[in-house]
Amino acid sequence: MPEAAEKCVFKPTEGLTEKPLHYCPGCSHGIIHRLIAEVLEEMGQLDNTVGVGPVGCAAFCEQYFNVDWVAAAHGRAPAVATGVRRAVPDAVVFTYQGDGDLAAIGIAEAMHAAIRGEKITTIFVNNAIYGMTGGQMAPTTLIGMKTTTSPYGRKAEETGYPVDIPKLFSEIPGAAYVASGSTDSPKAVLQTKKYIRRAFETQLAGHGYSLVSVLSNCPTNWGLTPVKAMEWIRENLVPNYTMGELKVPTAAKGGEQA
Amino acid sequence: MGYVVINTELCKGCELCISACNRGALSLSETQNRKGYQPVSLARPEKCNGCSLCAIMCPDVAITVYR
Amino acid sequence: MQKLLVKGNEAISEAAIQAGCKLFFGYPITPSNEIIEYMARRLPEVGGHMVQAESEVSSIYMLLGAAGAGERCMTGTSGCGFSLMQEGMSFLAAYELPVVIVDVARLGPALGNLDPSQGDYFQWTRGGGHGDYYNFVLAPSGVQEAADLMGLAFDLADQYRMPAVVAMDGVLGQMMEPVTFRQTDTAHLPPKTWAARGKKGGPKHDVVGYILDPVKAERSDIQRAARYDQIRATEQRWEEIALDDADLVVVSFGTAGRVARAAVREARQQGIKVGLIRPITLWPFPTNPIATALTQNAKGFMVAEMNMGQMVEDVRLAVNGRAPVYLHRNMGGSMPTTEELVARIRTLAGEVSVHA
Repeated sequence: MPEAAEKCVFKPTEGLTEKPLHYCPGCSHGIIHRLIAEVLEEMGQLDNTVGVGPVGCAAFCEQYFNVDWVAAAHGRAPAVATGVRRAVPDAVVFTYQGDGDLAAIGIAEAMHAAIRGEKITTIFVNNAIYGMTGGQMAPTTLIGMKTTTSPYGRKAEETGYPVDIPKLFSEIPGAAYVASGSTDSPKAVLQTKKYIRRAFETQLAGHGYSLVSVLSNCPTNWGLTPVKAMEWIRENLVPNYTMGELKVPTAAKGGEQA
Repeated sequence: MGYVVINTELCKGCELCISACNRGALSLSETQNRKGYQPVSLARPEKCNGCSLCAIMCPDVAITVYR
Repeated sequence: MQKLLVKGNEAISEAAIQAGCKLFFGYPITPSNEIIEYMARRLPEVGGHMVQAESEVSSIYMLLGAAGAGERCMTGTSGCGFSLMQEGMSFLAAYELPVVIVDVARLGPALGNLDPSQGDYFQWTRGGGHGDYYNFVLAPSGVQEAADLMGLAFDLADQYRMPAVVAMDGVLGQMMEPVTFRQTDTAHLPPKTWAARGKKGGPKHDVVGYILDPVKAERSDIQRAARYDQIRATEQRWEEIALDDADLVVVSFGTAGRVARAAVREARQQGIKVGLIRPITLWPFPTNPIATALTQNAKGFMVAEMNMGQMVEDVRLAVNGRAPVYLHRNMGGSMPTTEELVARIRTLAGEVSVHA
């Protein structure tokens, strides 16, 4: 055991329950859950937050977040969050959505929440594939990437190009804060945590909609070890998506930048 | 000097912490936990400086760090 | 109390506000537009919000969020819009959330037209979305009744934690009648201790609709089925006229029921022994007055509805072969006239007396 002089510098956050995570070994979901929970704990908002969950691998994530929760149907989280936000104007409200959930079936709900400037935060988890249903093509699947529904590799002439969600949302006037981070290294994880904190701060300041895109892995459906999957994010996803802070609230400009 | 405590029942042996540790302090155990995973262990405690890089990458929130 | 001359759509909107509804989520669709417009005007005056969604799919999930946070909330829609809401209504049923949904039905299928129709009956009364569930369905036949049923819809939804549908059509939505707004007593309703509004120092609230454990899933279904049975036993509502000695019983609801009421009274004046059952709850369907009529004098039933024949199936289930059930149907957005119904009543009353 540690000696008395040693102090704890990293411990599990109160923002997560003690329920063991059900995700595959090495899955980024656990890292992203922890970042959100840590930020809410550090901001003193665990008692004042309502999360809205997706459908996909994270469909049961209310078991892990130590905050109030409303689960949504596939793609509908921003609409559900809008209802919660209008019912509880002083709460922190966030959605947790994957790329199939947000960028395919729910792109209308997501974009219109941003267009309305709805004071919610969306954490967008992009691993370029449908995880829970077994590795089908997503709107964010890269050209040439093989999935169970693009077995010969995604072809632009048949299915178009991967959609760069943070870039697209940064063009929407109601979106006040848009950032794009990753989980492929400790440095990237720490940077992503800062983005998540700024997104929640944007919401609490009443600036409007905020979105943090987080590049994530899928070791199981990519067919890679977790360590190789993190390298694959770095080498393949990062170059294909706009990274960093794309948009900060006008009132906050001139402040601390990434 | 530092020290990590690993919750071996939460650990799934994904090795992201091993890869994050640039001092080579961590290794997979020879034994299995109740879920059948080989959890990670602080095999070379003298190398740990409590930097927390392992815990930052751990997807199962299984690592507590002391320094 | 003050009487106001208002359209049906406006009456239900004001009645909802009087019932404490502060949140409306919707998407414009004719002939329900007066509802969303009234709410846009009126809700800010009472500290509420109207949110115009990008679609009915989104509207119904905004309702789910607001209801999950424990607020009284509603939407109003029609036809295709009601169809788009069905996925969300299935979720609302599983989450056991109280909301009120007004369907000012139009002729269907597809885009149809704006003429009055009762073609959404199956969608109203059979759940409408995927899975095994029901909604309360309340069917007014006039503007005052529509206003009264709005308060009841909110109360029933809160009491039993399930969605309530108010089933209208374009005639009821657009016509003007004098209305008095009445407050309902909500003291008996259970507090919404389950609502997700932030823990506020208490335990965590999860408003979810999946159960992975098959044993718990079955238990949940059994509990919901028991609640539906209790509702069937205690919450049937209907209007009846002269059932005691009626040979023929007309069963008709909503706009058609309004005409049927006039036709039954006219036929009675002509000496025909006819009665009326006008279901006010379409679910739970009023089987009790049908059973009572059968123990009295009823020798046959005539269902008058504005569709190909949907409620007639519920009447046949209730009658269960004990008497003939005839269908008088108006389709394509047409309404029955009093004369037409009286003529049919006269014919059928003659037939059932002969065969009895």
